[in-house]
Amino acid sequence: MPVVTPSQTQPEYDVIVVGSGAAGGQTAYTCALEGAKVLMLEAGRDYDPARETPMFQVNSQAPLRGASTPDKPFGFHDATIDGGWQVPGEPYTSASDDPARQFWWWRARMMGGRTNHWGRISLRNGPYDFKPRTRDGLGFDWPLSYEDVAPYYDKVEMLIGVYGDNNGLENTPDSPAGCLQPPPILRAGEQYARAKGKALGLPVIPIHRAVLTQRQDPDVLPAKIHPANPRAQRLLADSMRQRAACFWATPCGRGCSIRANYQSTTVHLPPALASGNLDIVANAMAREVTVDAAGKATGVLFIDRTTGQEQRVKGRVVVLAASSAESVRILLNSRSPRFPQGLANSSGLVGKYIMDTVGAGMAGQIPALENLPRHNEDGAGGNHAYVPWWLYPEQVAGKLGFARGYHIEFGSGRQLPALHTVAGLEAFTRGSFGQKFKEDARRFYGSFIGFAGRGEMIPNEDSYCDLDPVVRDKWGIPVLRFHWKWSDHEIRQAAHMQRTFADWISALGGKVRGTPAMDGAKAIEPGGKIIHEVGGTIMGADARRSVTNQWCQTWDVRNLFVTDGGPFCSNADKNPTLTIMALAWRASDYLLAELRRGNL
Amino acid sequence: MNPPPDAAPRLSRRDALKWITAAAASSLAFSPEPRAGAPAARGYGTDPDLQRAYSPGDVWPLTFTPAERAAAAALCGLMLPPDAEGPGAEALLVHDFVDEWISAPYPEHVADRNTITEGLAWLDAEARRRWGGEFVRGTPAQRTALAEDLCDLASAQPEHRAGARFFQRFRDLAAGGYFTTPEGMKDLGYTGNYAMEAFTGPPPEVLRRLGLA
Repeated sequence: MPVVTPSQTQPEYDVIVVGSGAAGGQTAYTCALEGAKVLMLEAGRDYDPARETPMFQVNSQAPLRGASTPDKPFGFHDATIDGGWQVPGEPYTSASDDPARQFWWWRARMMGGRTNHWGRISLRNGPYDFKPRTRDGLGFDWPLSYEDVAPYYDKVEMLIGVYGDNNGLENTPDSPAGCLQPPPILRAGEQYARAKGKALGLPVIPIHRAVLTQRQDPDVLPAKIHPANPRAQRLLADSMRQRAACFWATPCGRGCSIRANYQSTTVHLPPALASGNLDIVANAMAREVTVDAAGKATGVLFIDRTTGQEQRVKGRVVVLAASSAESVRILLNSRSPRFPQGLANSSGLVGKYIMDTVGAGMAGQIPALENLPRHNEDGAGGNHAYVPWWLYPEQVAGKLGFARGYHIEFGSGRQLPALHTVAGLEAFTRGSFGQKFKEDARRFYGSFIGFAGRGEMIPNEDSYCDLDPVVRDKWGIPVLRFHWKWSDHEIRQAAHMQRTFADWISALGGKVRGTPAMDGAKAIEPGGKIIHEVGGTIMGADARRSVTNQWCQTWDVRNLFVTDGGPFCSNADKNPTLTIMALAWRASDYLLAELRRGNL
Repeated sequence: MNPPPDAAPRLSRRDALKWITAAAASSLAFSPEPRAGAPAARGYGTDPDLQRAYSPGDVWPLTFTPAERAAAAALCGLMLPPDAEGPGAEALLVHDFVDEWISAPYPEHVADRNTITEGLAWLDAEARRRWGGEFVRGTPAQRTALAEDLCDLASAQPEHRAGARFFQRFRDLAAGGYFTTPEGMKDLGYTGNYAMEAFTGPPPEVLRRLGLA
């Protein structure tokens, strides 16, 4: 992928985008295809999925059989480069020593960021999710509605390719005809769980994931996505022709060399670069947004990680898309006599109301799945089914003791064997060894179903980040300090998840694996662990009570935008990436229109 | 963007916290033991070549002594023998993977290093007590009888509990090492990892077995 060095950048750009992941990729794509001159800054190295993705490697080819290590927390073949909950030389701190009050911050320093390895789960927020306060009096309403975002969901789904189905369920939006790719057939365990979940009222439906189950139609989709822009249509059609459909092998977390799933590096950046309107500088660690005497953004000051030198680039508009917490960090570090509290922070809310997804999990061993006839269950490299939140009426009636919902992701089947696949079976094998152990291994392999709850967290006053007064990273940039607390809503929700999983495992005739925590405070994963962190630059209708408006435009600096998860003022149970892209596209349309009108 | 849930437990929070603590004080995290071949000081880093096929010993040196390696090989053979479905762990040199594991620099591995090397020493000492020679010198019946005393931690006699904890950890590593090889995956019943035109889902016979057809 062509990138430029700092010395090869142009004197000025229309738009500078900080970050190359879902938000930065979408922002740069939209702006470049609409003709703006764009410079993207990425803190990590350049990355070529076609050349670097391990597509058929098995775990015995990896050190330590591919098991996770501090160097590669999601395993050796995971796509993440220079990333994890700890990045060498780039610390963050916690205000509390209490593990329950600590936040885990995942970063990936590479072109495309976390989109290279993410789970590809792509769920739309529903109408309730944009107006939660109206519904239950908690948190914040968004200054926009589902109807405002829906056209952008349509476009993003068509652009990136999302498989799924329309099921007509409450607050689980259907997509217009032509948006979704066909969902893959459910695996045996997914079908069995669907059948046995019915008695519990659990609606098992096809999940939505950003994987092509068939090739995109380059003669139809580009005209729908870019009406009245023939050049963008042609560039997109060319890119779509270079994407293959899934060939039903290799876990998506490794990335995809045939471009069958969405990652910024295979979907957003190639057509944006082909437009000739995008330059990218890799290894560019953004430190602050520069401003002029009038308080307008003028560009970005960054550290060239290859030389350690400070560099400055100029732009008419600056868009932060560095991940919600990293964008907060850049704003807070953009201090000046005019803005002593950091940029865009007249409300004092930069860094406030950070949220993650509530997570809890349980596994069950299901005798009915033992020793099934052998067959290939690789599928689309991830889940084919899930359970959307199903208790809306009970919840709004106040019967559950927690205010927001969760969905259930679950995995089953004989997946690519890993180090842990046949580990810890003593409770089932009574410690067999030798020939009996091999028979037991075959019997139990593929008989487990793992359940994971993914729930909505309500923003609270105790969960925020600020700058650590002392600690700096290896470039001398002040680092973030996190403050964290779950409320009883999240803890009770986690307990509900665990009861649901235990009931479902019983309904499947199975046995819970191990002794999972049933107490919500113990079952809930640490904040940040689900890697759905959003908030910190929340949007709103009132400049005193929010950082951006509905267009992700900061109230204080009109040519400064934040298009990552930062402007989220609630965090629905739906995985945030699709919504990040939809809002980034919408913000970019507004930005371009304002730029043309001379308002920026 | 979390990965799909998995049927087996993932990295525990406690282990991850240990790693973070260790990363913060990496020079204090491991003190090489006074023995030939201390564990490596560095791992493979945060940007390793993912395309390459690695073998144990490629990234950091293996550190089993000849006696440890012999005992580990025999234990692999006992736990995962050859049969009609596959060649077994000893023939595939799974003990070299166990060596790679305990020679690795990461905190979890340093802990396992103690479990495994002390366990192998205990095994030989117990063998000498029972039949006057190392574990590898026992007859199949003698080795099996010893393994019977260790194989189930939950029911092991008090004097065998330390050995049983080692046996359990070794079996998990050996099974993981074996069933991730191409031969072991076939033995286990994994039939994927090749490109297909279409995904056709579970065969009718599977659905019939589950009462779904």
